[in-house]
Amino acid sequence: MADTTHEKPSETRSGALLSVRDLGKTYAVGSGEVEAIRSISFDVRAGELVCIVGPSGCGKTTLLKCLSGLLAPTAGSVALDGQTVLAPPKKMAVVFQEYGRSLYPWLSVQDNVGLPLKARGVPRGERDDTVRAALEEVGLGHALTAFPWQLSGGMQQRVAIARAIAYEPEVLVMDEPFAAVDAQTRADLEDLVRRVWQDLGVTVLFVTHDIDESVYLGERVLVLSSSPTVVQEDLSVDLPAERDQISTRALPQFTELRTHVHEQIQRAKRGDRAGLPA
Amino acid sequence: MTQTPTRTPRTRRPSLAGTLRAVGYAAGLPALALLAWVLATDRSASLYFPSPTTIASTFAATWFGPALTTDVLPSLGRFAIGVLLSIVIGVVAGTAIGTTRWLRDLLEPMLEFFRAVPPVVLVPVLMLMLGVGDSMRIAVIVSGCVWPVLLNTVEGVRGVDTVLTETSRSYRVRGLLSLRSVVLPAASPQIMAGIRLCLSIGLILMVISEMFASSSGLGYRIVYFQRSFMIAQMWSGIVLLGLVGVAVATLYGFAERRVLHWYHGMREVARG
Repeated sequence: MADTTHEKPSETRSGALLSVRDLGKTYAVGSGEVEAIRSISFDVRAGELVCIVGPSGCGKTTLLKCLSGLLAPTAGSVALDGQTVLAPPKKMAVVFQEYGRSLYPWLSVQDNVGLPLKARGVPRGERDDTVRAALEEVGLGHALTAFPWQLSGGMQQRVAIARAIAYEPEVLVMDEPFAAVDAQTRADLEDLVRRVWQDLGVTVLFVTHDIDESVYLGERVLVLSSSPTVVQEDLSVDLPAERDQISTRALPQFTELRTHVHEQIQRAKRGDRAGLPA
Repeated sequence: MTQTPTRTPRTRRPSLAGTLRAVGYAAGLPALALLAWVLATDRSASLYFPSPTTIASTFAATWFGPALTTDVLPSLGRFAIGVLLSIVIGVVAGTAIGTTRWLRDLLEPMLEFFRAVPPVVLVPVLMLMLGVGDSMRIAVIVSGCVWPVLLNTVEGVRGVDTVLTETSRSYRVRGLLSLRSVVLPAASPQIMAGIRLCLSIGLILMVISEMFASSSGLGYRIVYFQRSFMIAQMWSGIVLLGLVGVAVATLYGFAERRVLHWYHGMREVARG
């Protein structure tokens, strides 16, 4: 199949897998304009797990769509592996928030996971093996022939994660994937993301509005300001690599970090932009 | 890791009592209507309303003789060809129009115009163009049946959920694979609704196309019987048309349950 992602080389800081430079997005609304993102710049190194957190309405989803090549930015650029992203790149997989709408209801679980591989031309036998392994990784090895709508919300989101894993991306982008599942399922899925990240050595970009989740999951947390959006803070999380829902969340560092992020978000909501780029 | 058990939609296995009740509901009203008809016609000697027994006894003699091959089967053949052509044209053109913006802008006003033209008025025009043979009759069927399929396909293809479209784009599912595995299945509930309309319109147009300049076919036969005052035979033709309608609806039901099993399952789960 012809490659239509017109990728062209661009400059990146050495060592960065994903590089976002002065990214801006302004929507034309009627006769006026709405500035969703003013200017965002950051780098993600290969193998990092970065959480992006920000107040609601700060343009997290817009940012993510620009990163994944689904939306063209109006300013600046995104580069993956030195290639400017102008269309959805091969090396990136996206898990959407609306699991119920991002799985194909007419396809079985295994066909949902296998469709992107079919599009890539992976032969049948190899495809089946990859699909099975990915579904086993997320604990759904028994549900190959079920349809997505026969599964609970948490299991549907696991299918979406399996689809992303099977795609064997370098970057896994997740847009508030657990916003619509219950608390217990959410905790399980968070641990699943950590495990997938450790097992596969994939780079993860996890967008969330949940401060605790961002600190618990991330090796690094990017706090976004309220709209028009810039990066308010780039925080590294010095929690141990092995995390546990109970003991990690009880650590004094965890509490400190979440309080810090919380304050930043409060500042962002108040529109306190002291020290930020105009 | 906690596991929620897989929820499968309830599959109702019918009990004997349940089956009997279903049959009772389905057959009850027709049986009552038939009874009323028998009672009403029993004592009257009306020429225009023969009793059901008379109609039933004429039915076999009228339709299972030579009329089966000269009238019934040719009619059904034209109906089948007309409907299949409408579905193919409707789905192919509808998909093209639904996925191509400029084509849609170009064609939409014209489509509305053609849809509004009653196909019956096209009969004289098509007769001039195609003569009075099978192709004219099939063309009449297609001219009326293609619209519900085409317009529903356009709507269905345009209405694919944006999240699904973005999922497909980000996983680079494109071209024919996207059409076959994403776009058409997503549009299939609407396409099937269009096909259902197409079938009932097709049956009407099959009859009407045979009432003009014709010497065979169900429609021709019914008009012929009426003009020859063969009233019981005329009624038996109407009964036959009704039965064909029921058979077509049953076949459609089978096809729909196969094509849209996921859609019905999903709705059943959503209803809880």
